[in-house]
Amino acid sequence: MKETLQAIEAKALEQIKQGDTLDKLNEVKVAYLGKKGELTAVLKGMKDVSPEDRPKVGQMVNDTRAVIEEALDKAIKALEAELMEAKLKEEVIDVTLPAKKPEIGHRHPNTIALEEVERIFVGMGYEVVEGPEIEKDYYNFEALNIPADHPAKDEQDTFYINSDILLRTQTSSVQVHVMENQKPPIRMIAPGRVFRADEVDATHSPSFHQIEGLVIDKNVTFADLKGTLAEFAKELFGEETKVKFRPHHFPFTEPSAEMDVTCFKCGGSGCRFCKGSGWIEILGCGMVHPRVLTMCGIDPKEYTGFAFGVGLERIALLKYEIDDMRLLYENDIRFLKQF
Amino acid sequence: MNTALSWIKAYVPELECTDQEYCDAMTLSGTKVEGFERLDKNLDKIYVGEILSIERHPDADKLIICQVDIGTEKLQIVTGAPNVKVGDKVPVVIDGGKVAGGHDGGPLPEEGIVIKNGKLRGIDSYGMMCSIEELGSDRNMYPEAPEYGIYIFPADTKVGADAIEELGLRDTVFEYEITSNRVDCYSVLGIAREAAATFRKPFVAPEVVVKENGEKIEDYISVKVEDTDLCPRYCARVCTNIKIGPSPKWMQRRLAASGIRPINNLVDITNYVMEEYGQPMHAFDLSTIEGNTIIVKRAKDGEEFQTLDGQMRTLDSEMLMINDANRAIGIAGIMGGENSKISDDVKTVVFEAAAFNGPNIRKSAKRLGLRTDASGKFEKGVDPYNAEAAINRACQLVQELGCGEVVSGMIDVSVELPAARRIAFEPERINGLLGTDVSEEEMKEIFARIELTLDEATNELIIPSFRQDLEGFADIAEEIARFYGYDKIPVSLPKGEATAGKLSYKLRIEQKAREIAEFCGFSQGMTYSFESPKVFDKLLLPADAKEREAITISNPLGEDFSIMRTISLNGMLTSLATNYNRRNKDVKLYEQGNIYIAKSLPLTELPEERMQMTFGSYGEGDFFSMKGVLETFFESVGMKEKVEYDPNAGKSFLHPGRQASVIYKGVVLGYLGEVHPMVCANYDLKGKVYVAVLDMPNVIPFTTYDRKYEGIAKFPAVTRDISMVVPKNILAGDIEKMLAQRGGKILESYRLFDIYEGEQIEAGFKSMAYALSFRDKTKTLQEEEVAGAMKKIMNGLTSLGIELRK
Repeated sequence: MKETLQAIEAKALEQIKQGDTLDKLNEVKVAYLGKKGELTAVLKGMKDVSPEDRPKVGQMVNDTRAVIEEALDKAIKALEAELMEAKLKEEVIDVTLPAKKPEIGHRHPNTIALEEVERIFVGMGYEVVEGPEIEKDYYNFEALNIPADHPAKDEQDTFYINSDILLRTQTSSVQVHVMENQKPPIRMIAPGRVFRADEVDATHSPSFHQIEGLVIDKNVTFADLKGTLAEFAKELFGEETKVKFRPHHFPFTEPSAEMDVTCFKCGGSGCRFCKGSGWIEILGCGMVHPRVLTMCGIDPKEYTGFAFGVGLERIALLKYEIDDMRLLYENDIRFLKQF
Repeated sequence: MNTALSWIKAYVPELECTDQEYCDAMTLSGTKVEGFERLDKNLDKIYVGEILSIERHPDADKLIICQVDIGTEKLQIVTGAPNVKVGDKVPVVIDGGKVAGGHDGGPLPEEGIVIKNGKLRGIDSYGMMCSIEELGSDRNMYPEAPEYGIYIFPADTKVGADAIEELGLRDTVFEYEITSNRVDCYSVLGIAREAAATFRKPFVAPEVVVKENGEKIEDYISVKVEDTDLCPRYCARVCTNIKIGPSPKWMQRRLAASGIRPINNLVDITNYVMEEYGQPMHAFDLSTIEGNTIIVKRAKDGEEFQTLDGQMRTLDSEMLMINDANRAIGIAGIMGGENSKISDDVKTVVFEAAAFNGPNIRKSAKRLGLRTDASGKFEKGVDPYNAEAAINRACQLVQELGCGEVVSGMIDVSVELPAARRIAFEPERINGLLGTDVSEEEMKEIFARIELTLDEATNELIIPSFRQDLEGFADIAEEIARFYGYDKIPVSLPKGEATAGKLSYKLRIEQKAREIAEFCGFSQGMTYSFESPKVFDKLLLPADAKEREAITISNPLGEDFSIMRTISLNGMLTSLATNYNRRNKDVKLYEQGNIYIAKSLPLTELPEERMQMTFGSYGEGDFFSMKGVLETFFESVGMKEKVEYDPNAGKSFLHPGRQASVIYKGVVLGYLGEVHPMVCANYDLKGKVYVAVLDMPNVIPFTTYDRKYEGIAKFPAVTRDISMVVPKNILAGDIEKMLAQRGGKILESYRLFDIYEGEQIEAGFKSMAYALSFRDKTKTLQEEEVAGAMKKIMNGLTSLGIELRK
């Protein structure tokens, strides 16, 4: 019996060794371990074995079975691994072929710049508000201390609908609405479209955007104005940016200033971009004129404040080095896709 | 305003600084220097030479050989200039020197032209004699220069002297940007005052002493001002025995550097005083003034008048005129008349220095279309006290320059001139506003520098009349700030109560709309708010379309920009056309911008400004992809109900069979569709163009960022497919509405998975197939529940005239 089992085992192991496909190994399994297999046949022959020998023989059969099963199992796994490897090798791709990108759209450079500015001021506690683009003369001029005969009101600058209604020339008009409707403390920025009767060229457009800023509270100082705008400039143009304030004149602020930032191209050493000066003019600002506060019902002895106005296109043109303002309104997709 | 630094230094004699230092310091104290240019930038090694002899060039008819003494040596110079003779003193540039331009007076090269020794037709030439053009100027500024040829110095000029210096070119011209409030700085004296205060040097005003001839002015002229509202002050002086000739070189140089062409002594004096004092002046020929009387009064409507430039002008009754006894002789503050113009044989002149009403001058100048240097100054509002100083200065110059004699006395017609303004001195409040800690002493020192005097008794500052811009506390604070130094003011952040930074809800939704549009492949464009009224025809809008009720700009840049848009499509289609013409493929754009809807026309109250989210595309994509963009946006802003589409949108500019109103909960939110081929043709667009417009004020009330978790279905769904033959005129929307109604609560979803027309389907019908999914969230559905719902749906189909497909 023992010899028989040994012979079966040897034969089976040899056949497993020869089995180079899963089908062949399966045949081996059926031939030895299946219902009609050789080992099964041996077990069936147990009835001829004496009862006292049966456990022993049974044990021997099981041992043989285990050896064959293990060998089969190993062979199948090895073969499967080999097949998998071959399959993966087949499936190799050229990873340098072009990507399949979802075709997403692009935001207008004006909007990208605006969202930057909004992010900075919202972070500093400013509310973003809007006001009408078609505006009353009072809000655009008179309440901003630009009386009826001021040259800035001249028709050559302002588009009028009639003597009382016009296209706002500055987002400063929103200041007045906010001060009329809100009690201090006020911290707001007001972005939006403004209009001036300039012919279209590389640096002018009859329609452009401004962002107005306004802070009104007790004890707001010119130093606060400087600090706030210096912070803004650093956030927008980089930590290295320095600012310079020059006296200027705006009817609705006093003292007034223009702010320059160090040229972000040359860092202040002077280049063609900044016309050699190292500085680039970026915005106008000042302490809100007491007369403006009074007209809006705020007591200038109790409250002070500062205001500033930034040209959005100016920021976009500078920041993204766009050399012609007309590009912003043509909407050529080859331009827009660069942002 | 352009002024030579040498002129400023005439009144600030101790001023010592480089050009750059001057530029920086003046800009920081508030007199912004736009730029500056050294007049001798490209001039080097140029000396005064005397021509000792001239011989003809042996080989060239047009050249001569000169021996020239330049003091240190004698040079042989060959020239083609026709105008030199022996004994002439001329500018000579020697070997290695530099001139600014060529002899033809064309544009000046950036780096100038280096002159080297050389040969002209075989004869050695050591340097070059210069024309005024080669020195970088022209005959307008140097009227004594010959029309063609070498500049010739006066006979008494020293040989060997620096020719650049002799020509007054060792100077720098500064260009200032004067802010509109600083009328006083539109003058050399005004800037000199600022320079003195900036550099802490004394300001020395010109000493004005008029030597009079003893005759009485009243014997020459009388003045009457009828409209004192437009002329608060009118000063007149008379000069007689006038001898017209060139003005002295120093005056010519100063005027030339300011960009004013020297003409003759009399004209130059008035121009010089206007530059120096900022006070416009006019000179009349007394012999032309009828009745020896000047009357200042308004013109009559429709009156015609010839100004001294020869033009006929039509006047109106708001224009102030200078008249004699019988007729107008000048438009006040703008331009004199042809009839009283100074001629070369003038004997006696009447000088006028007046203060006219600024706004009136501005309006008159605009109506006349005639802005002059004088009107430009008057319109900013001149200091009435300045008139007297300026007219005396002019008389002084007439006398000193030998231009004539000054008749004694001045006629001065004026309303009561305002007393000096007083402003309380509040040092603490100033520091409080600036955030500084400037001592009272320092403030007082600054006031002294800018000629404000402190009345210690009342603690008030007394404001000089030329500082009309100083009106109150804040102005005084600014004076302190700019002379203390804006750069020295500390830096801080506002303290006080914290405020919440945020975007308005509307802006947040707009931001979301941008994100979704870009996610769907659309790029953001921007177009103008104003457009042409022709747009309506291009969009095929009927004559009575509401969109035609647009707000008109009264002074547009042109018809193409004359109305405020009432519809956002023109900008979009124009942008798409731009791309199409440039052969850009598959373009998808969106724009966020307002349209302007008048409540009534003509406008009496502000119009409604409605934000439009406009999409447009050509190339890839179709009606349904555009629809998909809208629905993606709606989903993203929490609009979960079914959006309905009504094909009867009634848009003239869209394909009649491919347009729809977008409706949500019964409210029209906008429209979408394929652009009408005729409209496409109007914009030179070919192929199919799709647009969609959302009227954001109608969308926003339905949007929400609130989200509630509804659980994930636990019980299985039961699915049923139905395949139908549908009359062609029945819309999918109608079927879906019926499905939703009749399917009841257990109908979880339905999906159109097939639609077909053509072979095997009878003409006039289409085949449609829907997959229905039923589910109960609380339990497993029973077969009979689904059967019940299906039965209702089948009945619904029958009522719509739809049969199941066999």
